[in-house]
Amino acid sequence: MSERKYTKQHEWISVEGDVGTIGISEHAQDQLGDVVFVELPAVGKKLEANAEMAVVESNKAASDVYAPVSGEVVEVNPQLEDRPELINESAEDKGWLVKLRLSDTSTDSLMSAADYQNFIKNES
Amino acid sequence: MSTSKQTPLYGLHQELGAKETVFGGYLMPLSYPNGSLQEHRHTRARAGLFDISHMGQARIRVAPDAFEKIAAPFTGDIDTLAPGEMVYSLMTNDAGGIHDDVIVSRLPEGDSDGDGFHITVNAGGKETNLAYLTNALKSAGALQEQDDKALLALQGPDAARVMESELGCSLADLFFMQSRWLVWKDVTCLVARCGYTGEDGFEISIPATHAEAFARALLSHDAVEAIGLGARDSLRLEAGLSLYGQDITATTTPIEAGLAFFVSKRRRERKDFPGSDTIIEQLKTHPDRHLVGLLPQDKALLRPHTEILDKNGATIGEVTSGGFGASFGGAVALGYVAHGFEKPESEVFAKIRSREIAARVTRLPFVKHNYYRK
Repeated sequence: MSERKYTKQHEWISVEGDVGTIGISEHAQDQLGDVVFVELPAVGKKLEANAEMAVVESNKAASDVYAPVSGEVVEVNPQLEDRPELINESAEDKGWLVKLRLSDTSTDSLMSAADYQNFIKNES
Repeated sequence: MSTSKQTPLYGLHQELGAKETVFGGYLMPLSYPNGSLQEHRHTRARAGLFDISHMGQARIRVAPDAFEKIAAPFTGDIDTLAPGEMVYSLMTNDAGGIHDDVIVSRLPEGDSDGDGFHITVNAGGKETNLAYLTNALKSAGALQEQDDKALLALQGPDAARVMESELGCSLADLFFMQSRWLVWKDVTCLVARCGYTGEDGFEISIPATHAEAFARALLSHDAVEAIGLGARDSLRLEAGLSLYGQDITATTTPIEAGLAFFVSKRRRERKDFPGSDTIIEQLKTHPDRHLVGLLPQDKALLRPHTEILDKNGATIGEVTSGGFGASFGGAVALGYVAHGFEKPESEVFAKIRSREIAARVTRLPFVKHNYYRK
């Protein structure tokens, strides 16, 4: 599995072969508060990088989640329908949102974990 | 942040790990580490402690011959309240809009300061509202802000047991919308059986100097957890209670807001409150819009300012409050719909992002009230 990468919109992606698993960062779930609904894309949907991919809703806000890279949806997290709180409990593992088959497996343009930590420090 | 005011419990909120938000000019706890959903459920299951010291508190001292005049700025029968009785009431403007919604209590017997009223006003525009009230009362009464007092609320099915244990007295004969002077460790508090969650509970006006010690004493009970404004909002929404500035404003009338009950019969006959012409006309015919409960039929939260449409796509209103009702078990909302759409089971639509979501008009509250009534 490749190094986990992050975006400025607080998504993470972890690539294995040509499939990238995507979710929102621990920082993002903390900012959102309790997640109550998740709107996920249909399997088979093709997404360009930065296209709206999913919506994560808490009482505080509805937050759009963008595709960090281009690809086709091959799987969505089946547990989130009944247990959206998984995003709060395990944002960067069990609370993953979408798996994309990537058109280009390079994630070099995204931030490393260390760069992302610096980014959120400067953002707040 | 530095310009926001702090309540006497600010240090305690920080110690408990609160996430903060600014509300009504005060730095307030939005949620604690357990999160708003858990806090919401805990309040309905056990007891939640809320710091509501951001709200304005004042005493109105009344000349013995001025009781009738004291009611002038309100839509309710303030003047006929017996000592220890309280009402929810509205202050209206000349256009019939709501200037503020308030709780007015006739002071219970036994206060050394004498007779009069205690009033709780909303945090937003507190200074303006108290100044407005001072002016409206004219010579009938003198208003003194109680800014040396904190206000705590303890809400939930275990609230009475905890209060009885702390105060060392029975509260079995203190009913919903009654207040009493009670002493906690030599500190006299004004304890009112009321709240903003739909649950049984209390609001306690206590000298600011003793507020933290009292809060800590309440929190030492297993049943009690500190609750932030996030859960306070979802609890009141489920209980179908309006939030001033959102569901009711200076441009919504009590009749539009479904609060006709709080415009008393006697005041309707006398037509002597601000905006009474408009309000009485709306009572005789009907207002053009109504505040209703809304249940989206899909997994989506309706948020303030979301447009409400009829089946043809014409705009018929707007959502004013919305969120996830943790006890109800789904999304709930309040909003205004045009006259004709206010009946329960009416089908409407909400425009969310690029979608139109079906929603059903429903009776309020979303979750049954559990008040302690006679």
